[in-house]
Amino acid sequence: MTRFIINRRKFLTIAGVAASAIPLSGCDAFDGLLSGQSPVRDFLASANGLTYRAHRALIGADTLVPEFAASEIRQGQRPNGSTDPTGADYLALKETAFSGYRLTVSGLVERPVSFSLDELRNMPARTQITRHDCVEGWSCISKWTGVPLRQILDEVQVKSQARYVVFHCYDTMNLGLQGAVPYYESIDLIDARHPQTILAYGNNDKPLAIANGAPLRVRVERQLGYKMAKYIKGIELVSSLAPFGGGKGGFWEDLGYDWYGGI
Amino acid sequence: MTIMDDTESRSAQETSDDDAVIYRHRIATRVTHWTWAIALFFLLLSGLQIFNAHPELYIGKQSGFEFENSVLSVRALQAADGTVGGYTTVLGHSFNTTGVLGVSGPADNPSYRGFPAWATLPSYQDLSTGRVVHFFFAWFFVAAFLVWFVSSLISGHLKRDILPSIADIKALPASIADHLRFRFHHDGRYNGLQKLAYAGVLLVIFPLIIATGLTMSPGMNAAWPWLLDIFGGRQTARTIHFLCMAALVVFFLIHIFMVLAAGPLNEMRSIITGWYRTDKKNNEERPV
Repeated sequence: MTRFIINRRKFLTIAGVAASAIPLSGCDAFDGLLSGQSPVRDFLASANGLTYRAHRALIGADTLVPEFAASEIRQGQRPNGSTDPTGADYLALKETAFSGYRLTVSGLVERPVSFSLDELRNMPARTQITRHDCVEGWSCISKWTGVPLRQILDEVQVKSQARYVVFHCYDTMNLGLQGAVPYYESIDLIDARHPQTILAYGNNDKPLAIANGAPLRVRVERQLGYKMAKYIKGIELVSSLAPFGGGKGGFWEDLGYDWYGGI
Repeated sequence: MTIMDDTESRSAQETSDDDAVIYRHRIATRVTHWTWAIALFFLLLSGLQIFNAHPELYIGKQSGFEFENSVLSVRALQAADGTVGGYTTVLGHSFNTTGVLGVSGPADNPSYRGFPAWATLPSYQDLSTGRVVHFFFAWFFVAAFLVWFVSSLISGHLKRDILPSIADIKALPASIADHLRFRFHHDGRYNGLQKLAYAGVLLVIFPLIIATGLTMSPGMNAAWPWLLDIFGGRQTARTIHFLCMAALVVFFLIHIFMVLAAGPLNEMRSIITGWYRTDKKNNEERPV
């Protein structure tokens, strides 16, 4: 028993000292190192490039994500981000039920063109029931119908210097002092040419709702929701993302989110 | 040095009639231990930050917004008298967790958030930075796990020191009784309870938390769709990931408790330098 008492006394002394140190370890100690401008944060964020390369090496260019049975559609597609754009150009289109809408395809392409919604609807379509994963953590299964982006790219003939597809959007996000900033996004040509990457105009057997990005949004099924731009105005083939927005390749990327959203 | 057995004394330095110093932890054990310690600290706090972006867990493939499959949620709710309280709902049972979960911070300026500021990295709400920190340290965590697993398999550490033997299982009641009486045998070898705890963490929780983490990646869902089948969908995987985190927090508390109780200086020395002072007299009392 002597051993027990000594151990317990020693233990209580040390535990007391240790416990008194706990309130000192507040997590705001790291806030400075993790702020938007910190080089430490930039260094940590470079792991996203490693993840991107690892995924590209591991996942075949055309490997599909699982698709689901119709019975898995148990609710409407949950909207997030912009749900009702208020720009004058968008409101004008909305008034005519998007009859005057044209998707422009520009940049590093041999034949820049634009498509009306009817032209897009008359192209060979793909319908898929997939899971939408928000960066916040939730998921929602829903059916999407649209034109494979690959078909559009083949039609406009992408130049060899092109490395990314940039999506320009009608919706803006309010950033306080900076005012309203246009939403935009970008993906590489591997995801752009992926069989499940579609410019969707239909959702759950109905025309795409305004809250979900009408008249046209992109589905990039191997990445998170913020990569899947809604209210697409035009797509542009580019060799660098530097000229757009804050130069990080997307609205959320400019605010610190990873460009590769496959994780 | 590195090929030396973890718990085997090859060059015991006799210090007295009762004690001997043995080389207990190989370099691989020590380096991976501290890599995990650092990585898990950041993974936990950044993980709670990520959880706060949507502080609700579900069972199944998707999150029920128009149907019910939630198993845990943390919310700030306003009562009829206008006061706002934090409520945590687990499997349909609601608890008032004001001050910690749901509502926390100073009374005159409360924050409405899942986990409180002291438990997240950064302290303020910042999902993007939480993800940046989480996915940086996740690489180190996984790399350390692979290094540890391969080296332990080759060196025999896994079979000799981690997996409980039949004798360990038989000795469990005695081991439990010893632990309850704070009677620790400093012979440098792991007892049955220790082996079970370490095997549970290293061979069950670690692989599980890595696999469920990968299951949440839409990219990995294309590469390894069977992960979704194993765990029963992305949202179940997210819930399991969270439960593994909770299990590791419990393990950590017990781990620290045991280090303090068993002699913190000797334990710390052994996990830093590898050298551990045994109690030979104690060994003789317990010929297992």
